[in-house]
Amino acid sequence: MAAGAVASCRPVNPELAVEATELRKSYGDVVALAGVDLAVPAGSVLGLLGPNGAGKTTAVRILTTLLPPDGGRATVAGLDVVADAVALRSRIGLAGQYAAVDENLTGFENLEMVGRLYRLGRGAARGRADELLERFELTSAAKRLVRTYSGGMRRRLDLAAALVADPPVLFLDEPTTGLDPRSRRGLWETIEARVAEGTTVLLTTQYLEEADRLADEIAVIDRGRVIARGSADELKDRVGGERLEVELDDGLAVERAVAALSPMADEAPVAQDRTVRLPVRRRGGAIAEAVRRLGEVHVGIEDITLRRPTLDDVFLSLTGRVAEEEASTEEEASAEEARRPQEVAAP
Amino acid sequence: MSELAATVGDTMVLAKRSLLRIPRAPDLVLAFTVQPIMFVLLFVYVFGGAIQTPGYDYVDFLMPGIIVQTVGFGGFVTAMGLAEDLKRGLIDRFRSLPMSRSALLTGRTLADVATNVFSVAVMVAVGLLVGFRFTTGVVEVLAGFGVILAFGYAFSWVFAFVGLTASSPESAQSLGFIAIFPLTFVSSAFVPIESMPSWLQGIAEVNPITITVDAVRGLFIGTPYGNDAVISLLWSLGLTLVFAWLSVTRYRRAVTR
Ligand SMILES: Nc1ncnc2c1ncn2[C@@H]1O[C@H](COP(=O)(O)OP(=O)(O)OP(=O)(O)O)[C@@H](O)[C@H]1O
Ligand SMILES: [Mg+2]
Repeated sequence: MAAGAVASCRPVNPELAVEATELRKSYGDVVALAGVDLAVPAGSVLGLLGPNGAGKTTAVRILTTLLPPDGGRATVAGLDVVADAVALRSRIGLAGQYAAVDENLTGFENLEMVGRLYRLGRGAARGRADELLERFELTSAAKRLVRTYSGGMRRRLDLAAALVADPPVLFLDEPTTGLDPRSRRGLWETIEARVAEGTTVLLTTQYLEEADRLADEIAVIDRGRVIARGSADELKDRVGGERLEVELDDGLAVERAVAALSPMADEAPVAQDRTVRLPVRRRGGAIAEAVRRLGEVHVGIEDITLRRPTLDDVFLSLTGRVAEEEASTEEEASAEEARRPQEVAAP
Repeated sequence: MSELAATVGDTMVLAKRSLLRIPRAPDLVLAFTVQPIMFVLLFVYVFGGAIQTPGYDYVDFLMPGIIVQTVGFGGFVTAMGLAEDLKRGLIDRFRSLPMSRSALLTGRTLADVATNVFSVAVMVAVGLLVGFRFTTGVVEVLAGFGVILAFGYAFSWVFAFVGLTASSPESAQSLGFIAIFPLTFVSSAFVPIESMPSWLQGIAEVNPITITVDAVRGLFIGTPYGNDAVISLLWSLGLTLVFAWLSVTRYRRAVTR
């Protein structure tokens, strides 16, 4: 793996804003990180993508000096996260998974306080606070206590706090979780503007759309390991050709549909709610074949499309594989079919 | 900027943050004004007739005790505040900033000194209204306030540790109360310890609250107090050093959740 090779170059590479080698961390018996390598070139965006409990927050905490790793080493902006922690803190900005803002201060007071703690001096801290409130469209709420803010406003204030010192490396842990689509887009634009000015960003997310839009490189992390990495396009190519997506009119018919469609693909189809997704070998005739196969087992179709893979497909096919093996095998699926003939839907 | 000056600066920024919070939370305003007034009035008028304090009016006997009790509890704001900071992820933010590693704690405990000064002033004013009088000189009275504030500061550090250790802001507060309530009652704060059963007297005599109250009583109304002022200050110093060390060590490892 190309990125893995970069990360294993022992001497600190000045081109890399974040470099982690074999990071390990356990909480008691729970292994949160089981040897993670990361390499983020200066001025680029790495998206750390993974399901709940994958270890994303743990990785961010180690890289922001909050948590010492049990093993491995990491440098950020050329500084070791353990040995040079003190010097490093003035060069990073962190927006954690939960908005870390003081409820009992106003928006302005929060940013001023963070500025003072970055040791900007009173005047500079105030100027910066005003500037950021303006940029994040919080000027009209600047004098209100944060406990009167909406969730989205808190999130924006939290991100503003991470930007107070104009740090060269930004860590954003699920920055848009809980935001409405408009605020999310606004935040993306702000992050893109920072990157255009040369900031390096490591962001974690569960939204593939977000990683697709913002990240130059994506590392998919699951159970404390990086299980895939590459650009969004590279990852999509790895999943292979076109994707057939079939929405069934009956959620209970999913297993029958999976069984009927699996001969069309090399990989097992992935089912989610009433939708079945599968990579198909040939584009021509794929829809017709799927309709015929589903018709034979009397499964009704609500919608059927053929499209390029999205990161969702990557995510599901990479992180869903183990779960699938543990879940229904084909025998179980056909046993299920025999038990429930009454669910046959006329196409 | 030297590191020490920077640490002092950070401490001030965070002390200001703690103080700004108080007028914005009505329950805290009550805790610092109505509660001490209520305690003074209840004790003077409810227990005043029943408790014998030979040679002294009960109000003169009581005021040093009730003031020491109040500053002993004063640090609960620190315990609650730190537990909230932990819960809301603010500790993560602070720990990722290039600020001094003890400033959050020194800031909060310093803010407690300010609120303790305020509570003590309120109580002294109410005490004077219901008949309390200082009978010693200015120097003794000032020394008495010094002993009180040092004691309150030491307990703020105990509360800081409680706040960083407790599982929630609510449990931080009740843990603090469970620790301090019996301590203040098994002391000379409200009753002469001669009136207690003898096994309890033994505990009350070595209780740092007894020592502190006796010192303050001596400095305010002229009762004999031996070396109690010095011993009380040594207790305060010792508690401060031990709990500051414990708390800072804990803070450095604290993570949200
Ligand atoms: N302080 C802690 N004590 C014990 N276990 C923890 C602690 N923090 C995290 N864990 C465990 O470590 C694993 C990784 O957690 P982490 O928070 O890094 O995941 P995540 O990828 O950020 O998940 P999410 O998407 O839910 O935020 C999980 O199994 C979690 O339960
Ligand atoms: Mg997380």
